[in-house]
Amino acid sequence: MVTRGFTGRQSGSELSDRIPPGQHLVDNFPVLTAGPTPRIEPADWTFTLKVGPRPVKAWSWSEFNALPRTRMTRDIHCVTSWSKLNTAWEGVAVDDILADADLSAPTPFALAHCYDGYFTNVPLADLATGKAMVALNYEGQPLPRDHGGPARLLVPHLYFWKSAKWVNGLQFTERDEAGFWELRGYHIYGDPWREQRYTND
Amino acid sequence: MTDASAAAARWQSCAILEVVARTPAIKSFFVRLSETFDYTAGQHVDVRLTAPNGYTAMRSYSIASAPSDSKVIELAIERLADGEVSPFFHDVAQAGDTIELRGPLGGHFLWPGPSNKPVLLIGAGSGVVPLMAMIRYRKASGEPMPVALLLSSRTWGDVLFRDELLELERSLPDFALALALTREPATRRTDFSRRIDARMVADVAARLPVSPGCAFVCGSNAFVDIAADTALALGLKARAIKTERYGA
Repeated sequence: MVTRGFTGRQSGSELSDRIPPGQHLVDNFPVLTAGPTPRIEPADWTFTLKVGPRPVKAWSWSEFNALPRTRMTRDIHCVTSWSKLNTAWEGVAVDDILADADLSAPTPFALAHCYDGYFTNVPLADLATGKAMVALNYEGQPLPRDHGGPARLLVPHLYFWKSAKWVNGLQFTERDEAGFWELRGYHIYGDPWREQRYTND
Repeated sequence: MTDASAAAARWQSCAILEVVARTPAIKSFFVRLSETFDYTAGQHVDVRLTAPNGYTAMRSYSIASAPSDSKVIELAIERLADGEVSPFFHDVAQAGDTIELRGPLGGHFLWPGPSNKPVLLIGAGSGVVPLMAMIRYRKASGEPMPVALLLSSRTWGDVLFRDELLELERSLPDFALALALTREPATRRTDFSRRIDARMVADVAARLPVSPGCAFVCGSNAFVDIAADTALALGLKARAIKTERYGA
């Protein structure tokens, strides 16, 4: 249905194939958080890997920082409709976290858990094979607190609510268990190219 | 939840019934739903505009009206100078036009339902919109919770829903209103003439009969952080502080 008098600010064709349907470009980096911004000092930070209820391995900040580093520059897409191109991240690939814990074949799904009680579900297939990391740096600087510092999950090919801020663990699960926003109406998977914003999209 | 989310996923065409200028930068759009929905105060809708070549733009807007049996909902939209959708609403849209929307959306920033614990509301500019839905619902439902609203605006003329809020302050028991004006002096003794700070939030919370059980904060990121950090310092649990940020 054409809206009378609306033309919009349409991107040039060279960028349009990088912008999923219903999204628009921003230059800034919006902050969206459902509660207060947590304050976590690196000295107090730990990251725990679990399979079901069973802890497999835990890392302190310095131990985690000694793991192999990965860099990624990616376009990111927020369900609230902004997209940001060419964001540069550095951190530890989920593959390297699993390797350090000698966990070669975890279960097919995972929940990312966070210091503020937030949690979100991501299939293993979207975490492994270089697709995701626990990001520690953004644009060459330590990750700012507003954006999840000291560490956030980065799953750039899914809507950005999956890239959980203030992450403190990954828990592998047998079934795909809905997370915080997924229990509150958001799509269980969240592929921006299929515009999977809400439950039945 | 399944039925509600199925309904929420469907786009519907809605006629704009009336446009009301609220402040120099904010207009209200009264929109008639073609398919009515039940919503909770605090929720939003997604609005979609379509250009002749098929290009679409989507934005989320909070609902300002209280849940009721009416098919008409109120959206209050601020004109952003560098915006794409809000200038359309301000400069082009008029009564009789049709837009597409879907909702209700948002399962977190929700009026907590009947309780005796007071509710602290803190908003900046158009951030008062979802809070206004809560205040209007509190009045219409007769629920007993005391409510305090701290609303920051640039000037007296920029206070969204000002006259209605002043009337509610007079007529609604257990409703405390505090305005913070950032670009001109406030004239009412109970208002503030400065930007939000911890002392101001504590002062407004203390106008409630007992400590608040929860807080809702809506505004810019910096504004929300000050309000939410102060609410934490006042003893509220992080989970009881719900925030919506414009993003910037």
